Amino acid sequence: MQFATGSSPHLAGPQSVTRVMALVLLALVPGTLAMLWYFGWGLLINLAIAVITAVVAEAAILLLRGRPVAATLIDLSAVVTAWLLALALPPLLPWWQTVLGTTFAIVIAKQLFGGIGFNPFNPAMAGYVLLLVSFPVTMTRWLPPEVLSGNLPSLADSLHMIFSGTPPAGQTWDVISGATPLDQMRTELSQNRMISEIHKSPLWGDFGGRGWEWVGNWFLLGGLFMIWRRVISWRIPASMLGALLLVAGLFWAIDPETHPFPAFHLFSGGAILGAFFIATDPVSASTTPRGQLIYGALIGVLVFIIRTWGGYPDAVAFSVLLLNMAAPTIDYYTQPRIFGQRKSNDA
Amino acid sequence: MITAILTIAGLATLFGLILGYSAIRFRVEGDPIADQIDALLPQTQCGQCGFAGCRPYAEAMATGEAEINRCPPGGEATMIALAELLGRDPVALEDEAAAEKPKSVAYIVEDECIGCTLCIQACPVDAIMGAAKQMHTVITDECTGCELCLPPCPVECIHMQPLGATPQTWKWPYPADTVTEAGHG
Amino acid sequence: MADARKDWSFHGGVHLDDHKAESTGQPVRRLPIPDRLTLPLHQHIGLSAEPVVRVGDLVKKGQLVAQASDYVSASIHAPTSGRVVGIGPQAVPHPSGLYDACIVIESDGKDAWTDLPEPMTDYATLPTADLRERIRWAGIVGLGGAAFPTAVKVNTSGQRPIDTLVINAAECEPYITCDDMLMREQAADVVEGIGILRHLVGARQCLIGIEDNKPEAAEALRQALSTKADTGTEVVVIPTLYPSGGEKQLIRLLTGREVPSHGLPAAVGVLCQNVATAVAVADAVLRGRPLIERVITVTGRGVRQPGNFRVAIGSAADFVIAQSGGYSDAVRQLILGGPMMGFAMQHDQVPVTKATNCLLAAAQDEVPAHPAERPCIRCGECVKVCPAQLLPQQIFWHARAHDFDKAQDYHLFDCIECGCCAYVCPAHIPLVHYYRFAKTEIWAQEREREKSDLARRRHEARVARIERLEQERKARLRQKKEALEQKSGESAADPKKAAIEAAMRRVAAKKAAQPPEPETPGGE
Repeated sequence: MQFATGSSPHLAGPQSVTRVMALVLLALVPGTLAMLWYFGWGLLINLAIAVITAVVAEAAILLLRGRPVAATLIDLSAVVTAWLLALALPPLLPWWQTVLGTTFAIVIAKQLFGGIGFNPFNPAMAGYVLLLVSFPVTMTRWLPPEVLSGNLPSLADSLHMIFSGTPPAGQTWDVISGATPLDQMRTELSQNRMISEIHKSPLWGDFGGRGWEWVGNWFLLGGLFMIWRRVISWRIPASMLGALLLVAGLFWAIDPETHPFPAFHLFSGGAILGAFFIATDPVSASTTPRGQLIYGALIGVLVFIIRTWGGYPDAVAFSVLLLNMAAPTIDYYTQPRIFGQRKSNDA
Repeated sequence: MITAILTIAGLATLFGLILGYSAIRFRVEGDPIADQIDALLPQTQCGQCGFAGCRPYAEAMATGEAEINRCPPGGEATMIALAELLGRDPVALEDEAAAEKPKSVAYIVEDECIGCTLCIQACPVDAIMGAAKQMHTVITDECTGCELCLPPCPVECIHMQPLGATPQTWKWPYPADTVTEAGHG
Repeated sequence: MADARKDWSFHGGVHLDDHKAESTGQPVRRLPIPDRLTLPLHQHIGLSAEPVVRVGDLVKKGQLVAQASDYVSASIHAPTSGRVVGIGPQAVPHPSGLYDACIVIESDGKDAWTDLPEPMTDYATLPTADLRERIRWAGIVGLGGAAFPTAVKVNTSGQRPIDTLVINAAECEPYITCDDMLMREQAADVVEGIGILRHLVGARQCLIGIEDNKPEAAEALRQALSTKADTGTEVVVIPTLYPSGGEKQLIRLLTGREVPSHGLPAAVGVLCQNVATAVAVADAVLRGRPLIERVITVTGRGVRQPGNFRVAIGSAADFVIAQSGGYSDAVRQLILGGPMMGFAMQHDQVPVTKATNCLLAAAQDEVPAHPAERPCIRCGECVKVCPAQLLPQQIFWHARAHDFDKAQDYHLFDCIECGCCAYVCPAHIPLVHYYRFAKTEIWAQEREREKSDLARRRHEARVARIERLEQERKARLRQKKEALEQKSGESAADPKKAAIEAAMRRVAAKKAAQPPEPETPGGE
């Protein structure tokens, strides 16, 4: 009688990459719905464009590389990348820019490095940064959240704007678009206005920008869900947000009139989304427990530095990419003490 | 102008001193390169490289007279190790077929041996025991499989026996051979 | 004392369905002796045993048939009486499927014992060396699966004194229940064995580590301990978490001490023995019996009647399975050991050895075929579960790239191959397979290096010898030549020459004294 062979363990747990990615997508749902609520149809259209582009691009490259297509697509990693990128894009971005950014993320940042598992940079953020430096105007043309404008563009108008790149007849971009709270804060601070003055603007909510703060809360919920389901560890989000809070708090304590309240940093821009969903991308992040703390904290500090003194309003993408580069080095120097290895202090 | 020249000169002197000091302080007492090369060779002393043993080949490589791809028993792994050590580019093995031969040891058919001692004189590692007019035998553990004893034997009673793996020397195959290929097939 | 102990834990581990109930329904049943027994000479860690019988010899049950050939080696005894019908390569239980040297005995059906040594019931008064010698004679090895010779392990002289004996009764692998059943049925023997082992190493206390899914066994042990009035021994129930039965993990759980990386438990004053080994020690010391049989679990949905059986070592797996009702149609894999660390056999014509604790005939749904390997996404799940606190993904990365030095930098050899990492890997990477590949490659490289070092030394010695002989030959030649030259030199200075010279001088003197005149022969 002949039997099947193979190395132990002969048991396998229920996990799979597909399952991990599906949980990430599930965790993104509340925040995504909140963004839809505040920013309207454009986001949904972007999402559709990005996901379709990502899947097509991934399939095409896999075919060219002679890799299994269906078995790879099923891992959903391309969908996650596209989804994250779409959430970071302004809701009315011209369609071809979304296509370009997504294609860059999948083809250049991911597949040309060897596909899932081999990309040194977070693909979504690589695509985002490409678009940000290439198309600064459209990439900073955000919509004001629904709570401010009171009426968001209709589905037809959104489709028109995204696919034609022009505002609907009789309107201008200036009327439709609005600055993000980070942008606003930046512009006004550069005009030497005091935080207390800036805060009188209707743009401000309880602790961040109106609308934005709630988007952040829903992403936070999704992030906590991922920690609970052990999809991500608490270390990167905690250290990143903790460091951001700490540094922001320090400067706020020094001068609350030129430095916004720390919670503002937390709930504006991409901090929450970045902390739970982007910096935690396992492939490009640090993997040692201590390394993750350092990696997260450095991202948090960088976010504050670039937001405060840098040339761009938000900094999550840049900070993540910079730390992606440092991750292998961080890992090398933060190897955990193994079982039975002498503790350094009793050597 | 003068300050600039002085500064540059000063810096040059300073760096010169630092470099000079480090050259003495951090001097590496390395093995002579031939020894390092010799350590990588499999020591079969088979002469398939065209030299009279591993040491002469190592010395030839050290002086750059010989290519690094002439050692079939060492195979690809040795060639790559040599390339790394000597900072040369890996090259294809000169004799691929010889490198793929399984590791073997010599075996003397004792009934046929006439006790001529010719093989004993040929063996580079003294792995054959015997005396004149007495049958000879190979000490398997010490045989390098160089085959140098085959040609001198007048009665052709020496054969090469491939060394099969035992459960103690067996190696687990590379997983991708079995798993990934199947998955990607 | 129980109150004083802190509940320690080890890093990582995984919760698994234990599947123990399938095989604990019936008491241990003794299987008949098969017609043919195959005894591999290498059933233990160390060197193979050396046969002391020849083909055709008649042997009695318990007679020594192969002797330990080294300090780290173990003797083998005939499990029944009969005739030696072969000594040579046979299929052995090894993942390679290769053959190895075995002694084959044909049973004569009488099962007649040889003369056994005297029981050592008064062991407490005997020198420990005698007890160790008895254990060594009995060929006892660790019966938990590792099969390290026990006589070597209990020789703790020259090491830190042992204060704690840890008895490994965790049996953390799913499906396996042979230790569980042994404790339920032979708790008194376990306690006796513990007494001997404690005496041997001078341990102040003994802790029996047992997972909380074996309450009957724990109760049986407690009962036996109270009957024996053994107060230094304590049953410690630990949570069921694989791999709590790993030696270093169990020691950590029970004592909080961490065995050093690459070190032995003795380094922290602990000796760890499997519970079945303790019974074997009691058998050897108190009853003078060598290790010729053991309890093994036959289980899985691939067999009709799972259970535990007392089996003569050397019985073929197919015989054991047939005795337990045979295979069911669902069988897909035959695993020696448990599903996490056991080895999958290609066929069932392999003998049960001292190290075999379980025959797991697993069905498709129990051990599904491995899904295709996907790229590592560095999620770090493996880091979370690794009980050795390694970075499995990094070792994998380097092993995959054949970069064995780097793999060792990440402590490849601290890996205990428990399989937790591969179990949780969402990319279904056969991580342990990669580690085994790297380990065996590194060992092979070391063997090659040793071999080439030996060849270099021998070659250099030969070259030196040839040179010396050549020089000696030359020296001899030179000596001969010199001798010859001297001879000729001496002969030149001999009387003849001297006479001629003297004559010449005389002639010259005469010439000088006399006026020149024509010299004629007859002038004088």
